[in-house]
Amino acid sequence: MTMIAVTSEGPSLDDLVDPRFGRAAGFVVVDLETMDIQYIDNGQSQVMAQGAGIQAAELVARAGVSCLLTGYVGPKAFKALSAAGIKVGQNLEGLTVRDAVERFKSNQVEIAAAANRPGR
Amino acid sequence: MIVAVASGKGGTGKTTVAASLATIWDGPVLGVDLDVEEPNLNLFLHPVIAGSEMAHMTVPMVEEAKCTYCGACSELCQFKAVSVFNQVILIFPEMCHGCGGCMAICPEKAISPGQRELGEISWGRAGDVGFLSGRLRIGEAMSPPLMRRVKARLDQMLAVTGGDAIIDAPPGVSCPAVNAVMDSDVILLVTEPTPFGVYDFKLAWEAFTPLGKPMGAVINRAGLGNDAIYRFCREKGLPILAEIPYDRAIAEAYSRGRVIAALSPGLEATFVTLRDEIRDLAKPSRSREAAHA
Ligand code: SF4
Ligand code: SF4
Repeated sequence: MTMIAVTSEGPSLDDLVDPRFGRAAGFVVVDLETMDIQYIDNGQSQVMAQGAGIQAAELVARAGVSCLLTGYVGPKAFKALSAAGIKVGQNLEGLTVRDAVERFKSNQVEIAAAANRPGR
Repeated sequence: MIVAVASGKGGTGKTTVAASLATIWDGPVLGVDLDVEEPNLNLFLHPVIAGSEMAHMTVPMVEEAKCTYCGACSELCQFKAVSVFNQVILIFPEMCHGCGGCMAICPEKAISPGQRELGEISWGRAGDVGFLSGRLRIGEAMSPPLMRRVKARLDQMLAVTGGDAIIDAPPGVSCPAVNAVMDSDVILLVTEPTPFGVYDFKLAWEAFTPLGKPMGAVINRAGLGNDAIYRFCREKGLPILAEIPYDRAIAEAYSRGRVIAALSPGLEATFVTLRDEIRDLAKPSRSREAAHA
């Protein structure tokens, strides 16, 4: 069973990919075999003054995903995701969650080697 | 008495006012630079530095061999400076606020105190004026911890020498600015009578009023702009303690790092009057303190 998480502006496959990771509205977790989905709300991280990316990384790690698809990831969140063994595919903003997942399935998503957003 | 010289925005002449006041002060006085992100009081006071030290904050260090990844530390830390992922524990020392909670809660005693460098504290003298300053390490994100260390040293120095202190506070109204003025006896708000100056002045007045300290305004580059600042002060009952005229000679002296109170007898008199006004302003708070004691 392979599970991946996609930052999303809403709970369905037809919602848009949220470009932000730490302050994303939520995560759509997709089982790649069955295409079953589960939604994780990220409201808790959104309101944090700092550490939102790390908190979000904890959330998706707990969901047991092996990969995260999103727009941008900052260096601390990237470090946290790497520590959790989660691969990151970035620059996917503007797509729907479904399109992002399809791209991933057809191996068109490049796995990032580093954060694409400078830290603050 | 501690006088905090603050300003809603940078570039209003806050530091030159602080330096001038320190220079004309009668009796022992310390000039303190709490604008640790961009300290520049030294450029005006030209102190001889007698000593310095690095200031540190205690941050967690994990001995991974002892850690069971129970997650207690990570759950406790609201700043996410320590975080546990399955079989990995991560520390982000730059995000730690040094509360010590994770060290106390760890059931395995796996977390010991480490150190994060905050910046440098230095002290010395400029003639009769004592000098104390903090300089934030480049890359350090938080000013208040270093400011607290500088203030602790200020208390020690005042305990030895007695006398008063003039604090050059960070500009703005954010956490560091409030941190710098909150232990003072009087807050001096330096502004210029331009529209931007007035806008930031109002913000500063709003931010500092809840502290309940005596406050007064110093108008720098008086003659520029309009009278909005005067109307605002009148409305709020905020005394204007000094006006420094808009003048080329002053601007030049400023750019050369000279103390403007030393420029002319007239300017010196302005600052001597300002000093006396500050003392007057401090009196009610002193008697209130005495009544509480
Ligand atoms: S509380 Fe101690 S044992 Fe538990 S995860 Fe943190 S460091 Fe490890
Ligand atoms: S000392 Fe406090 S702020 Fe720092 S990591 Fe531990 S719990 Fe978090």
